[in-house]
Amino acid sequence: MATKSGRVISAEKPFRWKQALLKWEVFLVIIFIAVNIMNACISPYYMSVNGLFTATSSFLEKSFIVLPMAYVLLLGEIDISVGATVALSACMLGISFNAGMPMGAAVLICLLTGSLCGALNGLILTKFQELAPMIVTLGTQILFRGIAEILLTDQATGGFTKVAWFKNLYWGKVGPVPIMFLIFAVCAAVFGVIMHCTTFGRRMYAIGSNPLAAKYSGIHVQKIRFIIYTITGTFSAVTAIFLASGMGSARSNIASGYELEAISMAVLGGILTDGGKGNFPGAILAIFILGFLRYGLGLVNVASQLMMVIIGLLLIVVVMVPNLNLGRIFKKKETKA
Amino acid sequence: MSEYVLELKGITKIFPGVKALDGVHFQLKAGEIHALMGENGAGKSTFIKVITGVHKAEEGEMFLNGKKVNFRGPRDAQEAGIAAIYQHVTAYPHLTVAENIFMGHEKVKHGIIQWKAMNEEANGLLRELNADFNATDEMGALSVAQQQMVEIAKALSMKARIIIMDEPTAALTKRESEELYRIAEKLREEGASIIFISHRFEDMYRLATRVTVFRDSKYIGTYEVDQISNGDLITAMVGREITDLFPKPEVKLGKEVLRVENLSRQGYFKNVSFSVKSGEILGLTGLVGAGRTEVVQTIFGAERYDSGKIFVEEKEVRIRKVQDALRLGIGLLTEDRQHQGLILDWGIGRNITLSEIEKYGSKIFTNEKAEREAAKKLAEEVDTKAVTIFDKASSLSGGNQQKVVVAKILASDLKVLIMDEPTKGVDVGAKAEIYAIMGELAKKGYAIIMISSEMPEILGMSDRITVMCEGRVTGELKRGEATQEEILKLAMAKSLKAAQ
Repeated sequence: MATKSGRVISAEKPFRWKQALLKWEVFLVIIFIAVNIMNACISPYYMSVNGLFTATSSFLEKSFIVLPMAYVLLLGEIDISVGATVALSACMLGISFNAGMPMGAAVLICLLTGSLCGALNGLILTKFQELAPMIVTLGTQILFRGIAEILLTDQATGGFTKVAWFKNLYWGKVGPVPIMFLIFAVCAAVFGVIMHCTTFGRRMYAIGSNPLAAKYSGIHVQKIRFIIYTITGTFSAVTAIFLASGMGSARSNIASGYELEAISMAVLGGILTDGGKGNFPGAILAIFILGFLRYGLGLVNVASQLMMVIIGLLLIVVVMVPNLNLGRIFKKKETKA
Repeated sequence: MSEYVLELKGITKIFPGVKALDGVHFQLKAGEIHALMGENGAGKSTFIKVITGVHKAEEGEMFLNGKKVNFRGPRDAQEAGIAAIYQHVTAYPHLTVAENIFMGHEKVKHGIIQWKAMNEEANGLLRELNADFNATDEMGALSVAQQQMVEIAKALSMKARIIIMDEPTAALTKRESEELYRIAEKLREEGASIIFISHRFEDMYRLATRVTVFRDSKYIGTYEVDQISNGDLITAMVGREITDLFPKPEVKLGKEVLRVENLSRQGYFKNVSFSVKSGEILGLTGLVGAGRTEVVQTIFGAERYDSGKIFVEEKEVRIRKVQDALRLGIGLLTEDRQHQGLILDWGIGRNITLSEIEKYGSKIFTNEKAEREAAKKLAEEVDTKAVTIFDKASSLSGGNQQKVVVAKILASDLKVLIMDEPTKGVDVGAKAEIYAIMGELAKKGYAIIMISSEMPEILGMSDRITVMCEGRVTGELKRGEATQEEILKLAMAKSLKAAQ
């Protein structure tokens, strides 16, 4: 098969070593290894099956938000209401449970609350398409947090540890593997497969790259946006469940700043905020890089303020790297010499 | 002093991997309008950027009034009296006309902008150009033609002696183009020299005394406009002879595929009716702003309609969204292929299969292998100039991008193809190829609706021509009966009536 003018267009992807090695994920793997070496040097107990899994428990509960956040960023949008959604969902869980409902029902109510919060974002943003997601979700962030504070004032709602299965969601293990880790692994795999192997995933990339072209290609742009915002709410509620399970109680001020952590993890993973870029494995790697780094710094008792400085700087440096034109820097040096 | 105000010798410009200009020459006489022609990718735009100091040439010399010059940046070129008006007007839409004119060289006294003086001078320049708007109007509220006039005023405000226009008429209507011709003549009479790039032969005949042709980054020649034939010029540009620009095949028309009756949308178009048969090419023409694009966007489901009926194969249908239209077999090649048709960051393969990923895989999962095979076949069918299907769409020329969009709608099982300005911004060689593809599609039984503002294209390719004016259909002409004058009369029917 060839064109009329005899040209053959290849359907084989050209493979270039340089390109493959310069991939963002390769870079992330290197950082990941570096962080682990650092941690192993700090603590002799770190490099063990138990030590590593214990470390994951310190950050996995909030990492459930990163999964849908990767989708939101892939669309070129942002959702900063997730932290407040976690708080509101957790409060609803506690209130339902302490009102005498069985824990199973309370969990369902928690998930429903999160989904409704997400759906509200989605509804506003798809019905009023000219609104900026940053502003709308800033509004709902304040709204959700406000409702949570009205519901619980400054009280805690607790007693979750009475229900063994619920406590085990966070604390339980299958052999050496925490249950939360297993659930996270399954969710991450599903999210990854959806992003890279399904028509839904391809359409997300299309919308993020050029929403207008996506519309003219017959893609239900608004429907997909709505679904993604709703899922983001649902998974904020999942985080709320694990958080409540871990702490045994809930307050209205929990999970503040989670939105920024989730966004920084996804962005570090290469899913840039301008949409249509990045791969899912990158986001997963970034979760573990930032998580392990924080854990390692905690081991040597670095003050949390200093930890913020270190992580902030790391994030800035890391996202700057692809924008540095290394070739040009070298060239300038040559001409100077 | 030299006979030439501007002379370039042996200019070579190399971008990583490509020679964008290869030893080209150019001479501009004082008070001359000089056309620069060539296919897309021939190096014209790069050449302009060398003159205006945006790019620095690796080799070659440039002389201004006989003196050798060496521009370090656009600022140097501006100070030397060279101004360029680019294809896409690069204006600040939220600022006033005067602010746009004086952007970068505002009238300042002790660090404070002198608004009154600036507005007055801007109005003076606009009057000179016969403009029908004011210096204090907002730029974004103006039409493309008016914005271009602002750019010209800007050039004048900088006392430019050499004015470069890159495709100035591409987005203009017939009447607006006339206005531009008039202004260009006036500038020339006042002693300015003008270089302009255009794909329209009409521009060249109307304005230029000489024409320089580039091809594949090389200088081909400079000719006196009244001494070179159309055919020779095309041969010079394309490097081969194009015997028949409009290869319209004789096709036996089939059954009616699409009919619209009294389609209306408040504020855009009213009571639009037409039909198209299988194998037929229906030309839809009119001046820019006549509502043609809005009508086809509505049929494609991208916009809603208020009243009227749409029939596909004699059955009445409701089209509410793009998905409805695609399912009914109606496809649209949008006018703005860079924003609406393609994802420029993506490879051409993924672009081609985007609307039909479910067809190659399943409802849920994609099938990359099947997609690649299909994309390869379709890209070859329309003869895209690409090495692999992973070449980014942004790396292709306008004509080849258009071919990719055609391949993309061929991926769907369609009956009706609507093509909105299919050859806009496409060079002569690729134009002929796109016409050939259209002819073949008609032969295969597609019903084609082609929107175009270019008379030769409408007359050369259509079986029937529907003319619109200010949102209404003002007439329908058969192939053979239609003439340029008659179409124009219908296209301006409303304003003619108003004038009477």
